Amino acid sequence: MNAITRKLVDLRDWVDERFPLMSLWNDHIAQYYAPKNFNFWYYFGALSMAVFGLQIVTGIWLAMNYKPDADLAFGSVEYIMRDVDWGWLIRYLHSTGASAFFIVIYLHMFRGLMYGSFKKPRELLWILGMLLYLMLMAEAFMGYLLPWGQMSYWGAQVIISLFGAIPVIGTTLSEWIRGDYVVSDITLNRFFSLHVIALPFALAGLVMLHILALHEVGSNNPDGVEIKKLKGPDGHPLDGIPFHPYYTVKDLMGLSVFLILFSAVVFFSPEMGGYFLEANNFIPANPMQTPPHISPVWYFTPYYSILRANTVNFLWIDAKVWGVVFMGLGVLIFFLLPWLDRSPVRSIRYRGPLFKGALGIFVVVFVILGYLGLLPPTAERTLMAQVCTVIYFLFFLLMPIYTSLDKNKPVPERVTK
Amino acid sequence: MRDAVVDTSRRRFLTGTTVVIGGIGAAFAAVPFISSFQPSARAKAMGAPVDVDISKLEPGQRLIQKWRGKPVWVVRRTDEMLENLNSFDAVALRDPQSDQSEQPRYAKNVWRSEKPEYLVLVGVCTHLGCSPSYVPDMSAPDVGIGWKGGFFCPCHGSKFDLAGRVYNGVPAPSNLVVPPYKFLTEGKLRVGEDDGVTA
Repeated sequence: MNAITRKLVDLRDWVDERFPLMSLWNDHIAQYYAPKNFNFWYYFGALSMAVFGLQIVTGIWLAMNYKPDADLAFGSVEYIMRDVDWGWLIRYLHSTGASAFFIVIYLHMFRGLMYGSFKKPRELLWILGMLLYLMLMAEAFMGYLLPWGQMSYWGAQVIISLFGAIPVIGTTLSEWIRGDYVVSDITLNRFFSLHVIALPFALAGLVMLHILALHEVGSNNPDGVEIKKLKGPDGHPLDGIPFHPYYTVKDLMGLSVFLILFSAVVFFSPEMGGYFLEANNFIPANPMQTPPHISPVWYFTPYYSILRANTVNFLWIDAKVWGVVFMGLGVLIFFLLPWLDRSPVRSIRYRGPLFKGALGIFVVVFVILGYLGLLPPTAERTLMAQVCTVIYFLFFLLMPIYTSLDKNKPVPERVTK
Repeated sequence: MRDAVVDTSRRRFLTGTTVVIGGIGAAFAAVPFISSFQPSARAKAMGAPVDVDISKLEPGQRLIQKWRGKPVWVVRRTDEMLENLNSFDAVALRDPQSDQSEQPRYAKNVWRSEKPEYLVLVGVCTHLGCSPSYVPDMSAPDVGIGWKGGFFCPCHGSKFDLAGRVYNGVPAPSNLVVPPYKFLTEGKLRVGEDDGVTA
């Protein structure tokens, strides 16, 4: 050991006597044993954290030049794009980051569905993850108002009006959210505050809880077997390997590939043909005129389709209220997954054809709903959205039945390959 | 300590009262933070009536005027448009008599207006607050068959006729809102005020 290394070790020991540095490092990284059979699908948790970090850093820099004022907001974004040194890059990193965030989160959630990562004892882990997803939707929605373009404005108008559909308190509630009778400067200013302070704090806190819960119960894996059941003489799971260096290296590899793809979008197609940044948002907000075709950004469109699919009044309640109710349930029903799934088997590898088929149909329906949500409504598309909405909910509501009836395969004692 | 025995019921009582009193305090402390989200005094004061010059409005044209931050439309309807309003069958419209819709008393008729020729509407969809497009033409293939001219909401596909009456089978629950208004002169309209009430 040379002199410099010794000094650093001394410094580490000095800190460690005053702060649980080494025990935190060991508990969560160096001595955290993760299953040795993680595959491609296990990149997306770490990638979500990386994108979160990227959004925080680029967001701080954007806030230095952005003006949360209805008269100045649109211009200040253009100012960032044209006059601020590297402003275009920071802005495109942030706007592309928003879409990338949802891509990695959706893949992360799909991983959970495939391998039964929401099942006992990981119910709370799943719930914390779903809360993160809800919070992320709120964060994205409020961020989208800030450029004060036509899509920003009318998107916010529609989503806030959703709350107005709630009987009795609806109108007061939507005025309370807006702070005005229409989306206005007041709304913009408060969304800015929530977007840059309140929600990032809440997200960071929830991420911490999500990871703490994960490290308490341990990671699931593609075989869905519990590695903690079989431990070696050293007390570590036989099928586990320390997170560091094995998975830190793996995740760095994944991050590198992700960043190649991400940079390709940022540099060559930051608007992604109107899917990441919508054309109408390059027109300043005009409260007098809704653009001829509006749709939310792609990551909200499945729910938007469910909203639009409700056109029938029934049980003495307006179609409008049903639309809002089903849209809300469409998101919230994910919370119930740990209790809807009755299968003794976690991983899709050992599940029977019923679950595999149901999950496959669900993915197709989710994508179709998302696609329909991007298009203007016609009679045929509305009918299709209605069919898909019914199937969407049947996936959840029939789950207790088909997971009980399913012919599962035997689950191995230990992880395979 | 004189007596080492812990009086647990006394301790439970004190813990309980501390939680209750502290909770009440926290609830009161939350009031200003929650109330400050409500529309401010300035936002409330922005609701003054506006005057619109309609003397240059040609038959079939629409004019947009901002009132309380919302678009208000004035449409000068042609005779043909007015005739069409009577041609809807019984199930085409959700609320043809405007019984469940919001309008001043003088606009609760088939025209939904004081003078049949001039239609005044708040141009905000009763579904989720988009501003519908004005599609006056009889044939508009992208809106759908059986279209007789009116307003089409691009957001969720709600349709309204040229009196702002909502079609059946679309997401919007009621007819477009008619604001209070009055004619000051032949070519001048005041939105936000009528002779009965100032809304």
